[in-house]
Amino acid sequence: MQIMKFIKSLAYPSEMLPPIVEEESHFDPETEHSAAKLGMWLFLATELLLFGGLFAAYAIFRAKYPVMFAEGSANLDVVLGSVNTVILIFSSWTVAVAVTAIQENKIKLVQVMLWITLICAAIFGINKYFEYSYKLSNGIGPGTDIFYSIYFAATGVHMLHVFIGMAVLGVILKRTYEGRYSKEKFTAIEIGGLYWHLVDLIWIYLFPLLYLVG
Amino acid sequence: MTDHHDFDKNYLENGKGFKSWFFTVDHKRLGVMYLWAIGVFFVLAAIASFLIRFEHLSPGQTIISAQTYNVLFTLHGAVMVFLFIVPGVAASFGNFLIPLMIGARDVIFPKLNLYSFWIYCAGSLILLLSLAAPVDTGWTFYTPYSIDTGTNVILVTFGVFVLGFSSILTGINFIVSMHKLRAPGLTWDRLPLFCWAAYATSLLQVLATPVVGITLLLLIGERYFGLGFFDPAKGGDPVLFQHFFWFYSHPAVYIMILPAMGIISEVIPVFSRKPIFGYKAIAYSSLAIALISFLVWGHHMFTSGQSKLINIIFSVITFAVAVPTAIKVFNWLWTMYKGSVELSAAMLYSLAFIFLFTIGGLTGLFLGALAADVHLHDTYFVVAHMHYVMIGGTVFGLFSAIHFWYPKMWGKMFDEFKAKIAFTLIFIGFNIVFFPQFILGTQGMPRRYFNYAPEFETLHQLSTYGTWILGVGFIYMLYTLFKPVGAADSNPYRSVSLEWQMPSPPPTLNFKEIPTVTTSTYDYGTKVEQEA
Repeated sequence: MQIMKFIKSLAYPSEMLPPIVEEESHFDPETEHSAAKLGMWLFLATELLLFGGLFAAYAIFRAKYPVMFAEGSANLDVVLGSVNTVILIFSSWTVAVAVTAIQENKIKLVQVMLWITLICAAIFGINKYFEYSYKLSNGIGPGTDIFYSIYFAATGVHMLHVFIGMAVLGVILKRTYEGRYSKEKFTAIEIGGLYWHLVDLIWIYLFPLLYLVG
Repeated sequence: MTDHHDFDKNYLENGKGFKSWFFTVDHKRLGVMYLWAIGVFFVLAAIASFLIRFEHLSPGQTIISAQTYNVLFTLHGAVMVFLFIVPGVAASFGNFLIPLMIGARDVIFPKLNLYSFWIYCAGSLILLLSLAAPVDTGWTFYTPYSIDTGTNVILVTFGVFVLGFSSILTGINFIVSMHKLRAPGLTWDRLPLFCWAAYATSLLQVLATPVVGITLLLLIGERYFGLGFFDPAKGGDPVLFQHFFWFYSHPAVYIMILPAMGIISEVIPVFSRKPIFGYKAIAYSSLAIALISFLVWGHHMFTSGQSKLINIIFSVITFAVAVPTAIKVFNWLWTMYKGSVELSAAMLYSLAFIFLFTIGGLTGLFLGALAADVHLHDTYFVVAHMHYVMIGGTVFGLFSAIHFWYPKMWGKMFDEFKAKIAFTLIFIGFNIVFFPQFILGTQGMPRRYFNYAPEFETLHQLSTYGTWILGVGFIYMLYTLFKPVGAADSNPYRSVSLEWQMPSPPPTLNFKEIPTVTTSTYDYGTKVEQEA
């Protein structure tokens, strides 16, 4: 029984995320809700520090090779990057609407908004795929120079976070159909949303730093 | 949910077999499992170190080849640091004690706690899998060698990356638990000092670990995708790796030592029968240490060619670490002053901690001084300094905890006299192993060298003989601990802190009714004590 549960939890990795609180509990719901939020904010702090390493490397190498960064940046596709930025900001708005909607018990609206968010995330990923493959087909890869090392490392790690965010929101969406959330019980949606905002926020910094340098 | 049983049955009896342990969310069982896991890894890494020391019985090859030697010291370092000492006290005793000390039924995210343990197991397995092509870089994975070597660097660093998640999630769990689950009346200035230390440790785990995470990811990317961050041929900088690495790994030193300091703060007042001296100073000094630890990473790199100005700044801040640590040491000493000191085994380990950690700390000042460090950098002096802090500090603190909370954890007593003999052997053995290494270092013996000049032979041999005494001491200690001598009552050491006011071993859900705290945790020699 427990082994099956374990395997199931591997299949849905987002169930392993901290703040998705299960039914059984020793603590009262209010404590759990505020605790889950505090836990998520701490986790977001770790995410910022993870990207902090990349931003530090960016600062060091850009100061060292300003010309390389200007040239590399000029060769990135600003249009595609801008489209992706707009898409992510829009998806942050849809998640925010979902978080508000659940507190008014509007399950249908939550589901629509989460679906739109997931579709936006998928479009973002597809655009990124075309960008990467265009660069690689022109012989430009992560090892070309320092600018592209940072470009591929930072956007790659960010892309990984987009996938994780999609998995989290996907599981939450599935659970809305199971009737797991209501205006009394919406912690998972709120902290899932927090995570998605972070994914968005990181991109808002990456976009100008990488695409708009020249 | 809260079954009647869970308050009547103690946590050891509540369920039998592998599944009841490996799938438990009980913080006490998880703490015990961490203790077992770190114990096994400690023995594994200790065996590697015994082989390393044996090799040094004579110059040139004694028993193993130079490559095996490189592999062994990497294995020793990586296992000791990432599998034993970083999770170490925080994950084992932190898990076991924090909910008991704050008057809660569990940590705030019990399931997450279990997942953290699984992640720890997975990371450990990944790291150990690399033994198929064992790594020879040393535990610090310095570039450029870690990029060039043909050994299994990717697997080891990925294992460490995974372990980082376990560390972060445990840290988040503890911080949130202490914010949200303290019993009524348990204000921050009544919180046991072990919790304060665990809080500071958790902050470091949460804020420092992600940086080593991205560093190791980049190192993997360097080997796998040809990223250029640390490769001068592509315009990168190998020293940048050192900066990133130590930005985590220096705070990690305090992840290792702070929980042990928390233990000492608990043990000393109980066996001195006096309230802790300078409660607030000890509590805040933990946070001060955590803060300063983020600003000293450059002292690992004084000889790396970084700018002179930055060297001076790092040197000055490094000296500043001595202030909060000395605050702790003096407060422990003042706690004992005019107390009625009882030299139990747990207390002996704590006293040894103060003595050995002070030696470790003061020799750290030698290394923090720029001129001296140029001479001592990468010599046995560093090795000895680090082991005085890590063994003399953390491991002695851990042993103190194992003895002190033994009755609570297992519901049994051990043989005090035998435990004291084991302590004596360990204390003497440890000093014979590592004190000569200070002298070797000042004479210029470099660390991590397979061979050495003939004039170092006597001191090397002395150090190796010490490991034999130390080894016998460890084995005798384990023998003593595995042979309990009768049942323990709920509070054999007459402690007034919360975890001792419940049966030994504690029931599964700890508290049937959440207690209300009305006094300090350290009211010894007062009315409260006589009532306890």
